[in-house]
Amino acid sequence: MIITAQKPLEEILNSLSPYNSILIAGCDGCTQPPRGLKEANILAQLLGLAGKQRGKSFKFKVITVPKQCDSFLAATSLKPEIEGIDAILSLGCGVGVQTITEVLPDLIVLPAQNALFIGGENREEDVLLERCAACGDCLLEYTGGICPIARCAKHLLNGPCGGSQDGKCEVSPDRPCAWQQIIERLSKMGRLDKLEEIKPPRNWNLNLAQRKSQG
Amino acid sequence: MTMKAGTNLEKVLESGAFAVTAEAGPAKGAVTSVIERKGEMLKPCCDAVNVTDNQSAVVRMSSWSSCVLLKRLGLDPVMQIVVRDRNRLAIQSDVLGAVAMGIQNILCLSGDHQAIGNHPDAKGVYDIDSIQLIQMLKGMRDEKKFQCGEEISGEVPIFIGAAANPFAAPFEYRVLRLAKKVKAGADFIQTQAIFDVAKFAKWMEMVRDRGLDKQTHILAGLVPIKSVGMARYMKDYVSGVYVPDEVVTRLEGAKNAKEEGIKICLETIEQLKEIQGVHGIHIMAVAWEEMVPHIVEQAKLLPRPVV
Repeated sequence: MIITAQKPLEEILNSLSPYNSILIAGCDGCTQPPRGLKEANILAQLLGLAGKQRGKSFKFKVITVPKQCDSFLAATSLKPEIEGIDAILSLGCGVGVQTITEVLPDLIVLPAQNALFIGGENREEDVLLERCAACGDCLLEYTGGICPIARCAKHLLNGPCGGSQDGKCEVSPDRPCAWQQIIERLSKMGRLDKLEEIKPPRNWNLNLAQRKSQG
Repeated sequence: MTMKAGTNLEKVLESGAFAVTAEAGPAKGAVTSVIERKGEMLKPCCDAVNVTDNQSAVVRMSSWSSCVLLKRLGLDPVMQIVVRDRNRLAIQSDVLGAVAMGIQNILCLSGDHQAIGNHPDAKGVYDIDSIQLIQMLKGMRDEKKFQCGEEISGEVPIFIGAAANPFAAPFEYRVLRLAKKVKAGADFIQTQAIFDVAKFAKWMEMVRDRGLDKQTHILAGLVPIKSVGMARYMKDYVSGVYVPDEVVTRLEGAKNAKEEGIKICLETIEQLKEIQGVHGIHIMAVAWEEMVPHIVEQAKLLPRPVV
């Protein structure tokens, strides 16, 4: 799923300031934490209050889209709602904002979220964690199911570097060293031999070629 | 025998002598005098001098231009390259330029992450990693090929170095990692600072068990400690450095912390000399380069061999 964080209200208000009638669109797709109808309504209330404090009164209409990143679903959900609308404020990720821009090219579409990463939800610890970098060349077989591209701060293919201590990355004591995790995992599986192979420099442009994929 | 680059460092190591190298941090500005002063100081007591590459991710004069300044003074420089700031194109062109200027010892490093330096918002490059860098340099030298496979015109004689941290976790994997660096093409190794000789000796035993000491030259790293504050700082904040509590306690109890720091350094050198497979020492006297001649002299490692 795509993990997002809401932009500061001030930033959203600034982007909305030239417009009056705004359609706030939630997304019921994969974004986490949820950014659906409930969240869109809450945002509308917050923006309404903050707008009033600045002497600006917006007209909000709130809906949600099953998946903003699907051009068919985005078009069918949004087209019947845009009469008299100046701008759409999307609670989707960057893909949602761009898909809406493509299906409604005459409208201004603004982002309410910062997309952070492709991640997973650890329910035991109640945290969202980055897990995939969509690099286009999955290494998880070599690294025992732990991704060094997404989880090592230096994206090392032949890690760990000399900066890890007590299983933590040099970048932050809160960040586990992905290579320590990889080594522990392969060690446990009796497959540390896999790491004797030197991984050659990778093609960082693979994902450029794969940006368009047939179905 | 045929030399790989024929640098002073390579000749000293190949002669079987116990090598001495030291580190010099370049200027935080464009003045030549900073590195030149350090060079003059280190010249009589070292076989080669490393110049750091934006160490701790803090911007300084580039390693290669500082190496040129040292070369002009007649020193044998070791250019350090980190993969944090430059991609494979930039690194290869810098290597060609360095060799053209007579800089032929190159130490391959990952580099401290930019987030812990003075430009924490910078984009890290990490196009290749330190092991791939070693392999790339070996390919440039032995096959006369760029990383992409295209031919290089002429020779690229370099003596390839790598770092090893015997103290970083996971301990058991550290020797495997060294083996990987040797397999990639590391001709010499400079280790992280050693304060726990027993742990280092254990690591060297594992190194010898794999025969790695016969395939590469291992120089044991040292950092002379100036003060209790520095010991505490290195213990808590310097990435990759392991300072045991005993060292801090010993400095706290000393009347003169500076003298005690040098004493600890000299005792460590004596112990390191006895460890089989250690081919020399690498002194990283951070902002205390003026003590290096004294340390080398006290360690009875003068005069340096003429090879």
